[in-house]
Amino acid sequence: MDGRRNGIEVEQLVREFKGGILAVAGIDLVVAPGEIYGFLGPNGAGKSTTVHVLTTLLPPTSGRATVAGYDVERQGPKVRESIGAALQEAALDPLLTGREHLRLQTALHDIPRAERAARAAELLDRVGLTQAADRKVKGYSGGMKRRLDLALALVHRPRILFLDEPTTGLDPQSRTALWEEVGRLSHEEGVTVFLTTQYLEEADVLADRVGIIDHGRIVAEGTPGQLKAQIGQPTVEAVPHEAGDLAAVGAVLERFGEPARCSPGAVAVRLEHGEEELADVVRALDAEGLRVARLAVHEPTLDDVFLAKTGRSLEGAGEDEQPAETVPV
Amino acid sequence: MALAEQTAQLARRSVVRTARQPANVIGPFIFPLLLLAVNTGGLDRAAEIPGFPTDSFLAFALAVPFIQGALFATMNAGTDLARDIQTGFLNRLSLTPMRSLALLTGQLGGVAATGLTQAVVYLTVGLAVGVRPASGIPGMVVLLVLSGLIALAFGALGAFAALRTGSGEAVQGLFPVLFVGLFLSSMNMPRNLIEIDWFRTVATLNPVSYLLEAVRSLIIVGWDPEALALGFGFAIAIGIVGITASSWALQRRLTRT
Repeated sequence: MDGRRNGIEVEQLVREFKGGILAVAGIDLVVAPGEIYGFLGPNGAGKSTTVHVLTTLLPPTSGRATVAGYDVERQGPKVRESIGAALQEAALDPLLTGREHLRLQTALHDIPRAERAARAAELLDRVGLTQAADRKVKGYSGGMKRRLDLALALVHRPRILFLDEPTTGLDPQSRTALWEEVGRLSHEEGVTVFLTTQYLEEADVLADRVGIIDHGRIVAEGTPGQLKAQIGQPTVEAVPHEAGDLAAVGAVLERFGEPARCSPGAVAVRLEHGEEELADVVRALDAEGLRVARLAVHEPTLDDVFLAKTGRSLEGAGEDEQPAETVPV
Repeated sequence: MALAEQTAQLARRSVVRTARQPANVIGPFIFPLLLLAVNTGGLDRAAEIPGFPTDSFLAFALAVPFIQGALFATMNAGTDLARDIQTGFLNRLSLTPMRSLALLTGQLGGVAATGLTQAVVYLTVGLAVGVRPASGIPGMVVLLVLSGLIALAFGALGAFAALRTGSGEAVQGLFPVLFVGLFLSSMNMPRNLIEIDWFRTVATLNPVSYLLEAVRSLIIVGWDPEALALGFGFAIAIGIVGITASSWALQRRLTRT
């Protein structure tokens, strides 16, 4: 494994906690330089533990990982020089101002004293916090905290950026702004981004490639398009005009494919032969004298991929992940 | 970056944090002085007991705020460190080239600076109400140095509790224990005048007595080499134990590779 040519390379990585709890159960992945890699999975899947290992905050139990060409277990300081990280829950000091955070961070990263103020101002401007720079962080909104968190991760111009659920709890506007900034970092500055998320849309919109993790194992990997193509055909969902017709409508739809997950009060099937069958579905329902209030076609989503690979929907599939500070075995 | 600059940056943060928490400022500054006023009002006539080392109970009791203030600083520093662990701020620091030692020395430097500031206030109040340290101006300087050292030593114990438990509540739970330790010392009476045998024994075994007596000697005696040696000796010993234990706990806490 030659990590120097690659952003991140992971080989059979295992992380076990006290009590035999296997948070990461032997994963392999490669993230190319400049790529945005989305690590998608429910709570408790092992995403944050993987990030903690890759950022050197936790040693692996077994396996090997290189980040920016450096071994995470044996070359921790070199790895830390090369990466920036915004971990889950913006870790900020509520009593310090945004500018003071950046001042401390620039100093600890050994940025020359004469450049610190300018670098802090540049980053504050970049994340839109110039106006709030001298306010204590306890008065910041969730979105502002996340933006400051990102600015702190960028202080030393890292080649690789780890973002652990960066938009959890953010309003749509803040989420979009953060996506734009992450996209810009990757596409304009060539920063490699390892992004964990439990939001399908985030992985779909932002990531060049996605790894889906469940119970510590990667169950699928590829571009969002490739993953959705694995699922194949779209689904058609029908809501009967009369609730009592649900079973009858379902029976008609099942002539066209296997049942699929659907909204309450609706029935759905995955169309065996694609969208061109839609007209036949409508005719079949009409022939049976069944009226529908709504008929919709859904293209496959990453949730469909997750469902196909794990038998569960991503939404509500989570469980509490082991805290990173759990005592290692 | 040099360890010294990392330490200075983290010490600065520690002081700024303390200054921005009114409860952490008011407690250590006001409560020891209130206790001094209450004790002096209630026990003033104790100075008339034969063998009492001074005719001013106020001068005798002025040593207490210096120790009590250090206990407050300990709790505040420990709680702040525990909060850094709970919020993940310690992880943020761990991802920088910060040396582990800088975290500890920075935090303790901030505690010592806070302890020193408190000591200046207590001394100023003492001078304002008429206490004149028998050791003069050099003695006052030594008193301030000793106060900073005591705050640092107790701060190391607070840091150990924070790093070991990662819980601000656990650190605060230590406060009553230390406070009882203060009361079971020669806080209100010279040890040779404590008539209850078990109390006198406990006070003699209690290192806090020697810290108090060193501070007190500078105020009411002048230069007492034995008292100063014991006071500085115990402060340094507590500091060594605390820093060693904290360093060990920090290594356990920081699992970075």
